[in-house]
Amino acid sequence: MSTPGSEAERLARFNVSPARRRKDAIARGAILAATVVALIPLVLIVYYLLIKGLGSWSVSFFTTDPTGNTFFKNSSIGGIKSAILGTIEIVALASAIAVPIGIAVAVWLVEYGKGSWFAQLVRFFVDVLTGVPSIVFGLFIYIVLIVGTGSTFAGYKGSLALSLLMLPVVIRSAEVILLLVPGALRESALALGAPRWRVIFSIVLPTALPGMVTGVLLAIARAAGETAPLLFTAAATNATSFNLGQFMNSLPVQIYSDVTSPTTAVVNRAWGAALTLVVMILLLNLIARLIARRSRLA
Amino acid sequence: MTSHGPSLRTAEMEPDELLQPDRAQAPVPPPAASRRAVAPAITPLVPAKPGLSVRLEKLRAFYGSSEQVKGVDLDFRANEVTAIIGPSGCGKSTMVRCINRMHEEIPGARAEGRVLLDDLDVYDSAVDVVAVRRAIGMVFQKPNPFPTMSIFDNVASGLRLSSRGRGDLRPKVETALRGAGLWEEVSGRLQEPGAGLSGGQQQRLCIARSLAVNPKVILMDEPCSALDPIATLKIEELIAELKKSVTIVIVTHNMQQAARVADRTAFMLSGQLVEVGPTGEIFTAPSDPRTEEYVTGKFG
Repeated sequence: MSTPGSEAERLARFNVSPARRRKDAIARGAILAATVVALIPLVLIVYYLLIKGLGSWSVSFFTTDPTGNTFFKNSSIGGIKSAILGTIEIVALASAIAVPIGIAVAVWLVEYGKGSWFAQLVRFFVDVLTGVPSIVFGLFIYIVLIVGTGSTFAGYKGSLALSLLMLPVVIRSAEVILLLVPGALRESALALGAPRWRVIFSIVLPTALPGMVTGVLLAIARAAGETAPLLFTAAATNATSFNLGQFMNSLPVQIYSDVTSPTTAVVNRAWGAALTLVVMILLLNLIARLIARRSRLA
Repeated sequence: MTSHGPSLRTAEMEPDELLQPDRAQAPVPPPAASRRAVAPAITPLVPAKPGLSVRLEKLRAFYGSSEQVKGVDLDFRANEVTAIIGPSGCGKSTMVRCINRMHEEIPGARAEGRVLLDDLDVYDSAVDVVAVRRAIGMVFQKPNPFPTMSIFDNVASGLRLSSRGRGDLRPKVETALRGAGLWEEVSGRLQEPGAGLSGGQQQRLCIARSLAVNPKVILMDEPCSALDPIATLKIEELIAELKKSVTIVIVTHNMQQAARVADRTAFMLSGQLVEVGPTGEIFTAPSDPRTEEYVTGKFG
């Protein structure tokens, strides 16, 4: 292997040629440029949200319902209290439906179904479900629960549409985290004489918990920002309601209806509502990250 | 011992009670001692609780259609350490995993033949697999304490996971930790996470965890291969101590280790048992030339 050569030749092999330096500089520059391009819309969105949204924030903005008035300059247009509470209620119910079912499906896939044909089929349909546009979930619930039953819009129908949207996200994220739980832990628990269900509840789920919480919160954040599934399921309304069987307002729908208004104040309310929604989702993401940091797996 | 065959068929009862009807006569620590200390002194598992023998009869193990263990007949004598040596992929681990029926946990894996714990066939359809695993503990290659649990909870986990975690577990946990030679090192920090211990301590924690459920046999699948020499030495000393109360089967790649700890050694090659005998004999005067080639380092 030792080829004879002068000391200088041997050292020269460690010098980087000018051509390689140029290539390196170009590649680095291209990556940096791509990053900056990707950041521009992100920064602009946050900038506009803050500029436009903060202006309409006030105490009464959060504490009053929309009045429905969009034309008369001298009377108030109201705030977004019903939309904030509606979003929280609808998304809470949607999570209560989608999270237990989604985690159960993931546990089945990882612990029991594994590579069986049925498990593969379930995975395939979950993947298909992930790609379904959100408006289709809204239409599905509209056709089945509103047209099909001849009844009217209701908060819980919006929750059902959102839970369908969340389900594949919860299943996939929980499955990935459950797969990260080392098989050795399951084996050693089984070897201690633990029945399988106890292994799942006492070892696998607690170990996977922090990671699963992150996935669930991201699914919730995604559902909270959806307009389309709520448009023809929960509808839009002005009054705050704590009855999920009634029409229910929500932030995305409020934004959707406000932003098309010819009145500047109402459009500004849409910006304020959008900022509120972003802040709510940001808080949720922050919580998710804090929990993920404590996680031993993620 | 008399036949305790049917006992494992009742999963709700403690295997210890089932397998040892004579436990009631086991020596009770003198009252003076129990007044002084909360838990019994260093005599962790007295010979009053002996191990059980294990006999393999025509054991064959498969992964799908590939046969990894090809008809092994082998005796593991009670309260002895039996080492299993052989090159990688010869089926040692697979064979050992058949003893406590962990082999069947792998999708597509199955076993044929008989595994007799004392006189009970653990593959009998009436036998509860969970009870088998309580009677036959296992220690794995890599230390794997449960990451969400404290040191105490790790040791108690076997009792809790098998629904025997009621009442005060502290004496049982202390006994198991003393049995694993870990008590002195961790007694002051039982509530700290088990994952915070060193590798060797973690492995002894795993041994304590399996001791806590009072097994009759402990299977060790290369228990020291992830440990440094000092931690390895501690485990080996522990094995010598443990065999007073349990039967030990240890798979090892390290022939010096087999020579140090084992009463008997079995040599396996491509799924078959080549030879088994007293450890000294296997290493100095093996009867099969393949054994000689392996122990002298000509292959493997």
